[in-house]
Amino acid sequence: MATLKELSKRKELFTSGHRACLGCGAAIIARQVMLAAQSSGAEIVVGCATGCLEVVSTIYPYTSWQVPFFHSAFENAAASVSGVEAAYRALKKKAKINRDIKFIAFGGDGGTYDIGFQSLSGAMERGHDLLYVCYNNEAYMNTGIQRSGATPLGASTTTAPAGKVEQGKSQFRKDLTECIVAHRVPYVAQTSVGFWVDLTRKVEKAMSIKGPKFINVLQPCQLGWGYPADQTVQMGKLAADTCFWPLYEVENGVYKVNYKPKEKKPVTEYLKTQARFKHLFKPANAPILERIQGDVDKLWDELLKKSV
Amino acid sequence: MVTVAKTGNEAMAEAMRQINPDVVAAYPITPATEIAMIFAGYVSDGLVDTEYVAVESEHSAMSATIGASVAGARAMTATSSQGLALMYEMLPIASGLRAPIVMPEVNRAISAPINIHCDHSDTMGGRDFGWIQIFSENTQEAYDNLIQAVRIAEHPKVRLPIMVTTDGFIISHCMEKIETLSDEDVKSYIGAFKRDGMLLDTTKPVTVGALDLQDYYFEHKRPVAEAMAAAKDVIVEIGKDFGKKFGRSYGLFERYRLDDADVAIVVLGSTAGTARVAVDELRDKKVKAGMLKLRVFRPFPAAEIAAALSKLKAVAVLDRSDSFSSQGGPLFTEVRSALYEVAMKPKILNFIYGLGGRDIKTPEIISIFGSLQKVLTSGKVENLVNYFGVRE
Repeated sequence: MATLKELSKRKELFTSGHRACLGCGAAIIARQVMLAAQSSGAEIVVGCATGCLEVVSTIYPYTSWQVPFFHSAFENAAASVSGVEAAYRALKKKAKINRDIKFIAFGGDGGTYDIGFQSLSGAMERGHDLLYVCYNNEAYMNTGIQRSGATPLGASTTTAPAGKVEQGKSQFRKDLTECIVAHRVPYVAQTSVGFWVDLTRKVEKAMSIKGPKFINVLQPCQLGWGYPADQTVQMGKLAADTCFWPLYEVENGVYKVNYKPKEKKPVTEYLKTQARFKHLFKPANAPILERIQGDVDKLWDELLKKSV
Repeated sequence: MVTVAKTGNEAMAEAMRQINPDVVAAYPITPATEIAMIFAGYVSDGLVDTEYVAVESEHSAMSATIGASVAGARAMTATSSQGLALMYEMLPIASGLRAPIVMPEVNRAISAPINIHCDHSDTMGGRDFGWIQIFSENTQEAYDNLIQAVRIAEHPKVRLPIMVTTDGFIISHCMEKIETLSDEDVKSYIGAFKRDGMLLDTTKPVTVGALDLQDYYFEHKRPVAEAMAAAKDVIVEIGKDFGKKFGRSYGLFERYRLDDADVAIVVLGSTAGTARVAVDELRDKKVKAGMLKLRVFRPFPAAEIAAALSKLKAVAVLDRSDSFSSQGGPLFTEVRSALYEVAMKPKILNFIYGLGGRDIKTPEIISIFGSLQKVLTSGKVENLVNYFGVRE
């Protein structure tokens, strides 16, 4: 796999000048994915769902994308790239295109877990040769921090705010990574901002495999989560160190945990750093913290059992 | 030219086989399902080169078709009713991105109540999304229209998506004798697909579908309107050329015994066949009846329609859908608006008929002409908008 030195010499396919917030994790993900994806040697074409990434990087007449980039709507990144990839196969067959091209679709958690879930499921099931990367900041950040299927239990968002009666989101988040594993595609992985080696290795591996691939990247969002903008990378690391967001991959159905913290930190170490969980530290909300810790422990144990 | 018996759906699928698009992404829906189904059989038997994407919804069908089109492929899909409604979000994206997609659309009522039979509410719901809309009276027209549609959509002055409609079950499932062209004729007639700035040209990377705010959006929408206006002449030119090559000419609309008529009806789709018989029967009885069968609803040929109707005394516009504006159906409001500039206007009435597939027969159309004659006698329009054939 590419070393940091090698990556640093590659062409920046997602360039600076975009209008992402200070400390935006999505921009880090896009840049690292586009650097790592070059390992395959193929040309890259990108599709993207409506959302933060598309909005900050393609304000006409400017673009941060040095490769062909396509956006059409919110819920259809996977279907759109399915069509582009089908066109590629058709034109390649007729020798109208001679180059090797690989396809990457980006979507936020809203566009992936929720409104784009069906489109993603369809594309995965049909076996298109594409990598789908979810930059998962656990809420609808582009429209102003509304709850999504990826929002964790207890997080305060603008559509499930912590108030006098309610204590933020009252449901656990959807396990989308497992949903995609259930599609029996060749490669599924989870990773987090702050683990650039893990992310770039997973992208390289995904790009070397034919068929549908899915990587779910936890993306800290300073605006939506409420932490200082220079802490994005630390946030991503803390999520893995507490096993709140385990780093693992599933290749042809075989699970492998890629990061086991030396000392599994209590989940409160992670939660207390973010304003979205602030209300959980009121004494009356101790049972919610216990539920979160219990769920993290249960899922981590299950994952370790599945892992080779 | 070969004479064959085909249903509307079979004829559409046959035209698609001959067009041999690069990509078809489609999803089943009654009564359009057969088009995709028959076409999938052609793919399975290797009769076409098409990459067939069996998507999980019509929204994804249109999304994938748009993706394929901007990628640089000739791309098609087919749908009806709720399927078209599910595509509504994507229809203006197809025109906004100037994707020359060709789509058979089988007219079917929109829910609720759920109904699988013909009316035009699905297509009319999609009338303001920058798609060219062509209606067909019968299977032959559906076949000819679909082949011409490729040339129209891809014409450099147009580059807009186009839907060619048939009436659900009435045309889609009825077998008629039609003449089909040879594969070679279709191939040379439509030519090769060319797209500038295609997404898959990695040597010249383009960002397609950028965020376009107050400073540019308007400039990117205006050309869609210009292209739609330009499409009118292109459709006429292509319709004439088709006639020259293959013997069947097409225009924006057909004038049937209209030139010396006092009273006429304006009609879309399969009802024109019934109306033609009604006109003939009335003519036998010395009633100066005529018909304007509109073929092209988008772009709307307002000036041409106004000229064609200006000498009449009374006109009934038949709408097989309602706009629920309380001012009549979509065809009526547009025809009426087209007549605004005409000095000597005919009296005009709207008949909303046939919703959910309710049949309309010759005596009923004759009764509509009867209403027009009453207007002529009294000089008054009592009911501007008439719900025709409904139990009140």
